[in-house]
Amino acid sequence: MDLETLTHKSGEWLKGQGPESDIVISSRIRLARNLAQYPFLSRADDRVRVEIEESLGQKLIDLPLKKPLSYFKVHTLENIDRQLLVERQLISRELSDNHGSRGVVLSDEENVSIMVNEEDHLRMQVIHSGLALDECWNEIDRIDDLIESEVTYAFSQQLGYLTACPTNVGTGIRVSVMLHLPALVVTKEIQKVFQALHKISLAVRGLYGEGSQAMGDFYQISNQVTLGKTEEQLIQQVKEVVPRIIFYERQARTALVKDNREGLHDQISRAYGILKNAQTISSEETMHLLSSVRMGINLGLIDDLEIPTVNELFIHTQPAHLQKIKGTPLESGERNVARASYLRQRLSGRHPGEVN
Amino acid sequence: MKKCRRCSKPATLHITEIVNSEVQTLHLCEGCAQSYLSQQDQPDPDEMSPAAAKLIEGADLDELDHIVCPNCGISFREFRSQGRLGCPHDYIAFEAELMPLLENIHGATQHCGKCPKRAPDSSQRQYELIKLRNELRSLVEGEKYEDAARLRDQIQSLEVELAEDQPEANDKDDD
Ligand SMILES: [Zn+2]
Ligand SMILES: [Zn+2]
Repeated sequence: MDLETLTHKSGEWLKGQGPESDIVISSRIRLARNLAQYPFLSRADDRVRVEIEESLGQKLIDLPLKKPLSYFKVHTLENIDRQLLVERQLISRELSDNHGSRGVVLSDEENVSIMVNEEDHLRMQVIHSGLALDECWNEIDRIDDLIESEVTYAFSQQLGYLTACPTNVGTGIRVSVMLHLPALVVTKEIQKVFQALHKISLAVRGLYGEGSQAMGDFYQISNQVTLGKTEEQLIQQVKEVVPRIIFYERQARTALVKDNREGLHDQISRAYGILKNAQTISSEETMHLLSSVRMGINLGLIDDLEIPTVNELFIHTQPAHLQKIKGTPLESGERNVARASYLRQRLSGRHPGEVN
Repeated sequence: MKKCRRCSKPATLHITEIVNSEVQTLHLCEGCAQSYLSQQDQPDPDEMSPAAAKLIEGADLDELDHIVCPNCGISFREFRSQGRLGCPHDYIAFEAELMPLLENIHGATQHCGKCPKRAPDSSQRQYELIKLRNELRSLVEGEKYEDAARLRDQIQSLEVELAEDQPEANDKDDD
Protein backbone atom coordinates (compact mmCIF):
# COMPACT_ATOMS: atom_id res chain seq x y z
CA MET A 1 0.00 0.00 0.00
CA ASP A 2 1.36 3.44 -0.90
CA LEU A 3 0.17 6.78 0.44
CA GLU A 4 -1.52 7.78 -2.84
CA THR A 5 -3.75 4.70 -2.64
CA LEU A 6 -4.36 5.35 1.03
CA THR A 7 -5.55 8.91 0.34
CA HIS A 8 -8.48 7.78 -1.79
CA LYS A 9 -9.72 4.82 0.19
CA SER A 10 -10.93 4.65 3.77
CA GLY A 11 -10.24 2.43 6.72
CA GLU A 12 -12.38 -0.47 7.91
CA TRP A 13 -13.08 1.42 11.12
CA LEU A 14 -14.90 4.18 9.21
CA LYS A 15 -17.36 1.76 7.60
CA GLY A 16 -20.01 2.57 10.17
CA GLN A 17 -20.63 -1.09 10.97
CA GLY A 18 -20.57 -2.99 14.22
CA PRO A 19 -22.64 -2.71 17.39
CA GLU A 20 -24.06 0.75 18.29
CA SER A 21 -22.31 2.29 15.29
CA ASP A 22 -24.84 5.14 15.07
CA ILE A 23 -23.17 6.58 18.18
CA VAL A 24 -19.95 4.59 18.62
CA ILE A 25 -17.61 5.47 15.73
CA SER A 26 -14.74 3.24 16.73
CA SER A 27 -13.09 1.20 19.47
CA ARG A 28 -9.35 1.22 19.94
CA ILE A 29 -6.81 -0.43 22.22
CA ARG A 30 -3.16 0.49 22.28
CA LEU A 31 -0.25 -0.96 24.21
CA ALA A 32 3.01 0.78 25.13
CA ARG A 33 6.14 -1.38 25.24
CA ASN A 34 9.88 -0.83 25.50
CA LEU A 35 12.88 -3.00 24.76
CA ALA A 36 14.80 -4.01 27.88
CA GLN A 37 18.27 -3.40 26.46
CA TYR A 38 17.88 0.22 25.30
CA PRO A 39 17.31 3.52 27.12
CA PHE A 40 13.95 5.21 26.66
CA LEU A 41 13.80 7.71 23.80
CA SER A 42 14.56 10.81 25.88
CA ARG A 43 18.01 9.29 26.44
CA ALA A 44 18.44 7.63 23.04
CA ASP A 45 20.87 9.36 20.69
CA ASP A 46 20.50 9.23 16.90
CA ARG A 47 22.57 6.07 16.59
CA VAL A 48 20.46 4.19 19.13
CA ARG A 49 17.26 5.38 17.47
CA VAL A 50 18.46 4.05 14.12
CA GLU A 51 19.39 0.73 15.72
CA ILE A 52 15.97 0.35 17.36
CA GLU A 53 14.07 1.40 14.24
CA GLU A 54 15.97 -0.86 11.89
CA SER A 55 15.88 -3.99 14.02
CA LEU A 56 12.25 -3.56 15.11
CA GLY A 57 11.08 -2.50 11.64
CA GLN A 58 12.35 -5.69 10.06
CA LYS A 59 10.90 -7.90 12.83
CA LEU A 60 7.52 -6.22 12.56
CA ILE A 61 7.20 -6.68 8.80
CA ASP A 62 8.02 -10.37 9.24
CA LEU A 63 5.32 -10.94 11.89
CA PRO A 64 2.89 -13.72 10.98
CA LEU A 65 -0.03 -11.29 10.73
CA LYS A 66 -2.62 -10.96 8.02
CA LYS A 67 -0.77 -9.67 4.94
CA PRO A 68 -0.05 -7.33 3.35
CA LEU A 69 1.61 -5.13 5.93
CA SER A 70 3.27 -1.87 4.93
CA TYR A 71 6.18 -0.28 6.70
CA PHE A 72 6.83 3.45 6.46
CA LYS A 73 10.04 5.07 7.64
CA VAL A 74 8.30 8.13 9.05
CA HIS A 75 11.49 10.26 9.16
CA THR A 76 11.77 9.96 5.36
CA LEU A 77 8.19 11.10 4.69
CA GLU A 78 7.21 14.61 3.56
CA ASN A 79 5.39 16.80 6.11
CA ILE A 80 2.14 16.45 4.18
CA ASP A 81 2.32 12.65 4.23
CA ARG A 82 2.98 12.56 7.96
CA GLN A 83 0.02 14.86 8.47
CA LEU A 84 -2.11 12.57 6.28
CA LEU A 85 -1.32 9.64 8.58
CA VAL A 86 -2.18 11.76 11.64
CA GLU A 87 -5.53 12.84 10.16
CA ARG A 88 -6.17 9.21 9.35
CA GLN A 89 -5.60 8.29 13.06
CA LEU A 90 -2.88 5.86 11.94
CA ILE A 91 -0.01 7.62 13.71
CA SER A 92 0.08 10.00 16.66
CA ARG A 93 1.06 13.64 16.42
CA GLU A 94 3.98 12.76 18.68
CA LEU A 95 5.36 10.24 16.15
CA SER A 96 4.83 12.75 13.33
CA ASP A 97 6.62 15.57 15.17
CA ASN A 98 9.44 13.53 16.78
CA HIS A 99 12.95 13.65 15.40
CA GLY A 100 15.30 10.90 14.33
CA SER A 101 14.72 7.43 12.96
CA ARG A 102 11.12 6.21 13.45
CA GLY A 103 8.54 4.12 11.64
CA VAL A 104 5.08 2.63 11.46
CA VAL A 105 3.63 -0.69 10.32
CA LEU A 106 0.12 -0.54 8.88
CA SER A 107 -2.30 -3.22 7.79
CA ASP A 108 -4.18 -2.69 4.53
CA GLU A 109 -7.56 -2.41 6.27
CA GLU A 110 -6.00 0.22 8.58
CA ASN A 111 -7.01 -1.77 11.68
CA VAL A 112 -3.46 -2.34 12.86
CA SER A 113 -0.82 0.31 13.47
CA ILE A 114 2.50 -0.35 15.19
CA MET A 115 4.64 2.72 15.82
CA VAL A 116 8.37 2.52 16.45
CA ASN A 117 10.18 5.24 18.43
CA GLU A 118 7.16 7.18 19.53
CA GLU A 119 7.14 8.15 23.23
CA ASP A 120 7.98 4.49 23.87
CA HIS A 121 9.94 2.15 21.61
CA LEU A 122 6.69 0.49 20.60
CA ARG A 123 3.15 1.77 20.51
CA MET A 124 0.80 -0.76 18.93
CA GLN A 125 -2.89 -0.30 18.35
CA VAL A 126 -5.89 -2.11 16.91
CA ILE A 127 -8.96 -0.13 15.90
CA HIS A 128 -12.40 -1.37 14.84
CA SER A 129 -15.69 0.14 13.76
CA GLY A 130 -18.45 0.32 16.39
CA LEU A 131 -18.31 -0.99 19.94
CA ALA A 132 -15.84 -3.86 19.55
CA LEU A 133 -13.36 -3.72 22.43
CA ASP A 134 -13.08 -7.50 22.86
CA GLU A 135 -12.12 -7.87 19.23
CA CYS A 136 -9.50 -5.13 19.63
CA TRP A 137 -8.09 -6.76 22.77
CA ASN A 138 -7.88 -10.25 21.27
CA GLU A 139 -5.97 -8.93 18.28
CA ILE A 140 -3.60 -6.58 20.09
CA ASP A 141 -2.91 -9.22 22.77
CA ARG A 142 -1.89 -11.66 20.02
CA ILE A 143 0.26 -9.09 18.23
CA ASP A 144 1.96 -8.29 21.55
CA ASP A 145 2.67 -12.01 22.11
CA LEU A 146 4.12 -12.34 18.61
CA ILE A 147 6.42 -9.35 19.09
CA GLU A 148 7.40 -10.56 22.56
CA SER A 149 8.61 -13.86 21.11
CA GLU A 150 11.16 -11.82 19.10
CA VAL A 151 12.34 -9.28 21.68
CA THR A 152 12.80 -8.81 25.44
CA TYR A 153 10.48 -6.20 26.90
CA ALA A 154 11.38 -3.96 29.82
CA PHE A 155 9.25 -5.48 32.56
CA SER A 156 9.28 -5.77 36.33
CA GLN A 157 7.25 -8.03 38.58
CA GLN A 158 6.14 -5.09 40.65
CA LEU A 159 5.49 -2.42 38.04
CA GLY A 160 4.70 -4.47 34.95
CA TYR A 161 5.65 -3.06 31.54
CA LEU A 162 8.02 -0.16 32.13
CA THR A 163 7.23 2.95 30.12
CA ALA A 164 8.89 6.31 29.52
CA CYS A 165 6.08 8.10 31.31
CA PRO A 166 4.89 6.81 34.70
CA THR A 167 1.27 7.43 33.62
CA ASN A 168 1.46 4.39 31.31
CA VAL A 169 3.39 1.96 33.48
CA GLY A 170 1.89 -1.44 34.38
CA THR A 171 -0.32 -2.67 31.59
CA GLY A 172 0.70 0.12 29.20
CA ILE A 173 -2.86 -0.05 27.93
CA ARG A 174 -5.11 2.71 26.63
CA VAL A 175 -8.64 1.52 25.97
CA SER A 176 -10.67 4.08 24.08
CA VAL A 177 -14.01 4.48 22.40
CA MET A 178 -14.88 7.33 20.02
CA LEU A 179 -18.46 8.53 20.46
CA HIS A 180 -20.60 10.90 18.42
CA LEU A 181 -22.68 12.90 20.92
CA PRO A 182 -24.37 15.78 19.09
CA ALA A 183 -27.63 15.72 21.09
CA LEU A 184 -25.84 15.83 24.45
CA VAL A 185 -23.88 18.83 23.15
CA VAL A 186 -27.02 20.65 21.93
CA THR A 187 -28.89 20.01 25.19
CA LYS A 188 -25.74 20.99 27.16
CA GLU A 189 -25.94 17.78 29.20
CA ILE A 190 -22.48 16.77 28.05
CA GLN A 191 -20.78 18.50 30.99
CA LYS A 192 -22.67 16.29 33.42
CA VAL A 193 -21.46 13.21 31.55
CA PHE A 194 -17.86 14.48 31.74
CA GLN A 195 -18.07 15.11 35.46
CA ALA A 196 -19.41 11.61 36.04
CA LEU A 197 -16.60 10.11 33.94
CA HIS A 198 -13.87 12.02 35.74
CA LYS A 199 -15.20 10.72 39.03
CA ILE A 200 -14.51 7.16 37.91
CA SER A 201 -11.13 8.30 36.50
CA LEU A 202 -11.90 7.97 32.81
CA ALA A 203 -10.57 10.66 30.49
CA VAL A 204 -12.53 12.49 27.79
CA ARG A 205 -10.90 14.16 24.80
CA GLY A 206 -12.17 15.74 21.62
CA LEU A 207 -11.32 14.33 18.21
CA TYR A 208 -7.78 15.18 17.09
CA GLY A 209 -6.09 15.86 20.35
CA GLU A 210 -6.29 17.19 23.82
CA GLY A 211 -8.27 20.39 23.19
CA SER A 212 -11.46 20.87 25.17
CA GLN A 213 -13.59 21.88 22.16
CA ALA A 214 -14.44 18.63 20.42
CA MET A 215 -14.52 18.83 16.64
CA GLY A 216 -17.79 17.60 15.15
CA ASP A 217 -19.14 16.53 18.57
CA PHE A 218 -16.78 13.54 18.68
CA TYR A 219 -15.52 12.50 22.09
CA GLN A 220 -13.00 9.87 22.99
CA ILE A 221 -13.43 8.12 26.31
CA SER A 222 -10.47 6.23 27.74
CA ASN A 223 -8.95 4.81 30.89
CA GLN A 224 -6.38 6.84 32.82
CA VAL A 225 -5.20 4.24 35.28
CA THR A 226 -2.83 1.59 33.87
CA LEU A 227 -1.35 0.03 37.03
CA GLY A 228 -2.96 -2.21 39.65
CA LYS A 229 -5.76 -3.55 37.47
CA THR A 230 -5.79 -6.27 34.81
CA GLU A 231 -6.31 -5.45 31.16
CA GLU A 232 -9.71 -7.12 31.38
CA GLN A 233 -10.73 -4.96 34.33
CA LEU A 234 -9.65 -1.78 32.54
CA ILE A 235 -11.53 -2.79 29.38
CA GLN A 236 -14.56 -3.70 31.47
CA GLN A 237 -14.57 -0.26 33.07
CA VAL A 238 -14.90 1.43 29.67
CA LYS A 239 -17.36 -1.22 28.45
CA GLU A 240 -19.63 -0.58 31.40
CA VAL A 241 -19.81 3.16 31.01
CA VAL A 242 -20.36 3.35 27.24
CA PRO A 243 -23.91 1.88 27.16
CA ARG A 244 -24.96 4.47 29.74
CA ILE A 245 -23.64 7.33 27.61
CA ILE A 246 -25.33 5.82 24.54
CA PHE A 247 -28.55 5.70 26.54
CA TYR A 248 -28.27 9.40 27.50
CA GLU A 249 -27.46 10.40 23.93
CA ARG A 250 -30.48 8.46 22.58
CA GLN A 251 -32.67 9.99 25.27
CA ALA A 252 -31.46 13.49 24.35
CA ARG A 253 -32.10 12.80 20.64
CA THR A 254 -35.63 11.60 21.38
CA ALA A 255 -36.26 14.72 23.45
CA LEU A 256 -35.01 16.96 20.63
CA VAL A 257 -37.37 15.28 18.14
CA LYS A 258 -40.30 15.40 20.55
CA ASP A 259 -39.82 19.04 21.54
CA ASN A 260 -39.44 20.47 18.06
CA ARG A 261 -39.36 18.03 15.19
CA GLU A 262 -39.83 20.69 12.49
CA GLY A 263 -37.13 22.91 13.95
CA LEU A 264 -34.66 20.03 14.15
CA HIS A 265 -35.53 18.78 10.65
CA ASP A 266 -35.07 22.32 9.33
CA GLN A 267 -31.68 22.76 11.00
CA ILE A 268 -30.42 19.41 9.71
CA SER A 269 -31.71 20.07 6.18
CA ARG A 270 -30.02 23.48 6.17
CA ALA A 271 -26.75 21.90 7.27
CA TYR A 272 -27.03 19.39 4.43
CA GLY A 273 -27.95 22.19 2.01
CA ILE A 274 -24.87 24.25 2.92
CA LEU A 275 -22.56 21.26 2.54
CA LYS A 276 -24.04 20.46 -0.90
CA ASN A 277 -23.86 24.05 -2.17
CA ALA A 278 -21.13 26.06 -0.42
CA GLN A 279 -18.37 27.57 -2.58
CA THR A 280 -15.92 28.01 0.29
CA ILE A 281 -16.02 26.41 3.73
CA SER A 282 -13.68 26.06 6.72
CA SER A 283 -12.76 22.78 8.37
CA GLU A 284 -14.55 23.77 11.59
CA GLU A 285 -17.82 24.61 9.83
CA THR A 286 -17.61 21.40 7.82
CA MET A 287 -17.20 19.29 10.95
CA HIS A 288 -20.05 21.12 12.66
CA LEU A 289 -22.46 20.67 9.73
CA LEU A 290 -21.44 17.06 9.04
CA SER A 291 -22.22 16.33 12.67
CA SER A 292 -25.81 17.58 12.21
CA VAL A 293 -26.17 15.62 8.99
CA ARG A 294 -24.87 12.46 10.62
CA MET A 295 -27.44 12.73 13.40
CA GLY A 296 -30.10 13.50 10.74
CA ILE A 297 -29.37 10.21 8.96
CA ASN A 298 -29.60 8.29 12.24
CA LEU A 299 -32.95 9.93 13.04
CA GLY A 300 -34.32 9.15 9.56
CA LEU A 301 -34.53 12.84 8.62
CA ILE A 302 -32.10 12.41 5.71
CA ASP A 303 -32.55 9.33 3.54
CA ASP A 304 -30.31 9.78 0.50
CA LEU A 305 -26.93 9.61 2.22
CA GLU A 306 -25.05 6.77 3.94
CA ILE A 307 -23.24 6.91 7.30
CA PRO A 308 -19.93 5.54 5.90
CA THR A 309 -19.84 8.44 3.40
CA VAL A 310 -20.28 10.99 6.20
CA ASN A 311 -17.66 9.23 8.37
CA GLU A 312 -15.24 9.37 5.46
CA LEU A 313 -15.97 13.05 4.77
CA PHE A 314 -14.93 13.98 8.31
CA ILE A 315 -11.48 12.63 7.46
CA HIS A 316 -11.18 13.47 3.76
CA THR A 317 -11.97 17.16 4.29
CA GLN A 318 -8.98 17.60 6.63
CA PRO A 319 -6.12 19.78 5.26
CA ALA A 320 -3.58 17.11 4.31
CA HIS A 321 -6.21 14.88 2.71
CA LEU A 322 -7.53 17.74 0.58
CA GLN A 323 -4.05 18.62 -0.63
CA LYS A 324 -3.25 14.99 -1.43
CA ILE A 325 -6.54 14.62 -3.30
CA LYS A 326 -5.87 17.84 -5.25
CA GLY A 327 -2.27 16.78 -5.77
CA THR A 328 -0.89 20.21 -4.88
CA PRO A 329 -0.05 22.26 -1.76
CA LEU A 330 -2.87 24.67 -0.87
CA GLU A 331 -3.02 27.77 1.33
CA SER A 332 -5.80 27.98 3.91
CA GLY A 333 -8.10 30.05 1.63
CA GLU A 334 -7.49 27.73 -1.32
CA ARG A 335 -8.23 24.76 0.91
CA ASN A 336 -11.63 26.21 1.84
CA VAL A 337 -12.52 26.45 -1.86
CA ALA A 338 -11.18 22.95 -2.56
CA ARG A 339 -13.08 21.58 0.46
CA ALA A 340 -16.38 23.05 -0.75
CA SER A 341 -15.80 21.68 -4.24
CA TYR A 342 -14.96 18.23 -2.88
CA LEU A 343 -18.07 18.22 -0.67
CA ARG A 344 -20.32 19.25 -3.59
CA GLN A 345 -18.97 16.42 -5.71
CA ARG A 346 -19.23 13.78 -3.00
CA LEU A 347 -22.72 14.82 -1.90
CA SER A 348 -24.09 15.00 -5.45
CA GLY A 349 -23.27 11.33 -5.79
CA ARG A 350 -20.25 11.75 -8.06
CA HIS A 351 -16.90 10.63 -6.72
CA PRO A 352 -14.18 13.21 -7.38
CA GLY A 353 -12.03 10.47 -8.82
CA GLU A 354 -14.52 9.97 -11.64
CA VAL A 355 -14.48 11.90 -14.92
CA ASN A 356 -16.69 15.01 -14.68
CA MET B 1 22.60 -0.55 46.88
CA LYS B 2 21.52 -2.03 50.21
CA LYS B 3 18.62 -4.40 50.27
CA CYS B 4 15.48 -3.75 52.26
CA ARG B 5 15.67 -5.34 55.70
CA ARG B 6 12.19 -6.82 55.32
CA CYS B 7 12.04 -7.84 51.68
CA SER B 8 14.49 -8.20 48.81
CA LYS B 9 13.74 -4.88 47.13
CA PRO B 10 16.37 -2.12 47.08
CA ALA B 11 16.32 -0.05 50.24
CA THR B 12 15.62 3.55 49.29
CA LEU B 13 14.70 4.93 52.70
CA HIS B 14 17.07 4.94 55.61
CA ILE B 15 15.33 5.51 58.88
CA THR B 16 17.66 6.68 61.60
CA GLU B 17 16.53 6.22 65.15
CA ILE B 18 18.07 7.10 68.42
CA VAL B 19 17.62 4.28 70.88
CA ASN B 20 19.12 4.76 74.38
CA SER B 21 21.39 7.45 72.91
CA GLU B 22 22.64 5.01 70.31
CA VAL B 23 22.09 5.78 66.66
CA GLN B 24 20.71 2.94 64.60
CA THR B 25 19.77 2.93 60.96
CA LEU B 26 17.12 0.81 59.36
CA HIS B 27 17.29 0.28 55.61
CA LEU B 28 13.89 -0.21 54.03
CA CYS B 29 12.16 0.00 50.67
CA GLU B 30 9.39 2.56 50.28
CA GLY B 31 6.58 0.06 50.86
CA CYS B 32 8.06 -1.49 53.97
CA ALA B 33 9.07 1.92 55.35
CA GLN B 34 5.52 3.14 55.09
CA SER B 35 4.09 0.16 56.89
CA TYR B 36 6.88 0.38 59.47
CA LEU B 37 6.10 4.02 60.17
CA SER B 38 2.36 3.46 60.29
CA GLN B 39 2.73 0.51 62.65
CA GLN B 40 4.74 2.42 65.21
CA ASP B 41 2.07 1.75 67.84
CA GLN B 42 2.63 -2.01 67.76
CA PRO B 43 6.37 -2.34 67.25
CA ASP B 44 8.00 -5.58 66.31
CA PRO B 45 9.99 -6.54 69.44
CA ASP B 46 13.07 -7.07 67.23
CA GLU B 47 12.93 -3.53 66.00
CA MET B 48 13.75 -0.23 67.54
CA SER B 49 11.87 1.96 69.94
CA PRO B 50 8.95 3.68 68.27
CA ALA B 51 9.30 6.67 70.56
CA ALA B 52 12.70 7.52 69.17
CA ALA B 53 13.26 10.40 66.81
CA LYS B 54 12.93 9.48 63.15
CA LEU B 55 14.81 10.97 60.28
CA ILE B 56 13.90 9.93 56.78
CA GLU B 57 16.93 10.98 54.84
CA GLY B 58 15.80 9.52 51.55
CA ALA B 59 12.67 11.62 51.40
CA ASP B 60 14.57 14.89 51.23
CA LEU B 61 13.53 16.45 47.90
CA ASP B 62 16.69 18.49 47.30
CA GLU B 63 18.76 15.41 47.79
CA LEU B 64 16.49 13.39 45.50
CA ASP B 65 16.80 15.97 42.74
CA HIS B 66 20.48 15.17 42.50
CA ILE B 67 20.06 11.43 42.33
CA VAL B 68 21.32 10.21 38.99
CA CYS B 69 20.45 6.91 37.35
CA PRO B 70 23.74 4.99 37.05
CA ASN B 71 22.39 3.30 33.94
CA CYS B 72 21.32 6.19 31.68
CA GLY B 73 22.60 9.24 33.55
CA ILE B 74 19.30 11.09 33.88
CA SER B 75 18.88 13.05 37.12
CA PHE B 76 15.65 13.10 39.05
CA ARG B 77 15.49 16.85 38.41
CA GLU B 78 15.61 16.24 34.64
CA PHE B 79 12.81 13.71 34.93
CA ARG B 80 10.73 16.18 36.92
CA SER B 81 11.17 18.89 34.29
CA GLN B 82 10.51 16.76 31.19
CA GLY B 83 8.09 14.18 32.63
CA ARG B 84 9.83 11.35 30.79
CA LEU B 85 12.18 8.80 32.32
CA GLY B 86 15.50 7.91 30.74
CA CYS B 87 15.57 4.12 31.04
CA PRO B 88 13.76 1.18 32.68
CA HIS B 89 16.22 1.22 35.61
CA ASP B 90 14.94 4.67 36.68
CA TYR B 91 11.99 2.95 38.32
CA ILE B 92 14.50 1.47 40.77
CA ALA B 93 16.94 4.41 40.90
CA PHE B 94 14.12 6.88 41.71
CA GLU B 95 11.91 4.42 43.56
CA ALA B 96 11.54 6.52 46.72
CA GLU B 97 10.02 9.43 44.84
CA LEU B 98 8.27 7.48 42.06
CA MET B 99 6.26 5.15 44.30
CA PRO B 100 4.18 7.92 45.92
CA LEU B 101 3.75 9.42 42.44
CA LEU B 102 2.46 6.11 41.05
CA GLU B 103 0.18 5.71 44.05
CA ASN B 104 -1.16 9.15 43.26
CA ILE B 105 -1.71 8.52 39.53
CA HIS B 106 -2.92 4.92 39.63
CA GLY B 107 -4.00 4.32 43.21
CA ALA B 108 -1.73 1.28 43.21
CA THR B 109 1.94 0.27 43.08
CA GLN B 110 1.61 -3.39 42.10
CA HIS B 111 1.07 -4.60 38.54
CA CYS B 112 -1.46 -7.39 38.17
CA GLY B 113 -2.07 -7.57 34.45
CA LYS B 114 -0.42 -9.43 31.61
CA CYS B 115 3.23 -10.37 31.87
CA PRO B 116 5.70 -11.60 29.28
CA LYS B 117 5.80 -15.35 28.79
CA ARG B 118 9.55 -15.13 28.85
CA ALA B 119 9.66 -14.21 32.54
CA PRO B 120 11.33 -16.98 34.52
CA ASP B 121 8.91 -19.77 35.31
CA SER B 122 8.75 -19.45 39.08
CA SER B 123 8.45 -15.68 39.10
CA GLN B 124 5.71 -16.04 36.54
CA ARG B 125 3.77 -18.21 38.97
CA GLN B 126 4.50 -15.91 41.90
CA TYR B 127 3.00 -13.35 39.69
CA GLU B 128 -0.06 -15.50 39.05
CA LEU B 129 -0.63 -15.38 42.77
CA ILE B 130 -0.68 -11.58 42.79
CA LYS B 131 -3.19 -11.67 39.99
CA LEU B 132 -5.46 -14.20 41.69
CA ARG B 133 -5.42 -12.23 44.95
CA ASN B 134 -6.44 -9.15 43.04
CA GLU B 135 -9.32 -11.02 41.40
CA LEU B 136 -10.33 -12.31 44.80
CA ARG B 137 -10.54 -8.78 46.13
CA SER B 138 -12.85 -7.67 43.32
CA LEU B 139 -15.04 -10.79 43.76
CA VAL B 140 -15.42 -10.04 47.45
CA GLU B 141 -16.16 -6.41 46.67
CA GLY B 142 -18.79 -7.56 44.19
CA GLU B 143 -20.25 -9.88 46.87
CA LYS B 144 -19.72 -12.93 44.66
CA TYR B 145 -18.91 -15.12 47.63
CA GLU B 146 -19.24 -18.51 45.96
CA ASP B 147 -16.75 -17.61 43.24
CA ALA B 148 -14.53 -16.02 45.87
CA ALA B 149 -14.47 -19.22 47.95
CA ARG B 150 -13.48 -21.24 44.89
CA LEU B 151 -10.74 -18.77 44.03
CA ARG B 152 -9.48 -18.78 47.63
CA ASP B 153 -9.01 -22.56 47.41
CA GLN B 154 -7.15 -22.13 44.13
CA ILE B 155 -4.87 -19.52 45.72
CA GLN B 156 -4.13 -21.77 48.70
CA SER B 157 -3.20 -24.75 46.56
CA LEU B 158 -0.98 -22.56 44.38
CA GLU B 159 0.71 -21.18 47.50
CA VAL B 160 1.40 -24.73 48.68
CA GLU B 161 2.76 -25.69 45.26
CA LEU B 162 5.05 -22.68 45.14
CA ALA B 163 6.31 -23.30 48.68
CA GLU B 164 7.21 -26.89 47.71
CA ASP B 165 8.95 -25.70 44.55
CA GLN B 166 11.09 -23.17 46.33
CA PRO B 167 12.63 -24.39 49.59
CA GLU B 168 15.16 -21.54 49.35
CA ALA B 169 12.34 -19.09 49.87
CA ASN B 170 12.70 -19.69 53.61
CA ASP B 171 16.05 -17.94 53.52
CA LYS B 172 14.38 -14.65 52.87
CA ASP B 173 13.27 -12.32 55.62
CA ASP B 174 9.66 -12.81 56.49
CA ASP B 175 7.44 -10.10 55.06
ZN1 LIG C 1 10.78 -3.93 51.60
ZN1 LIG D 1 18.13 5.38 33.82
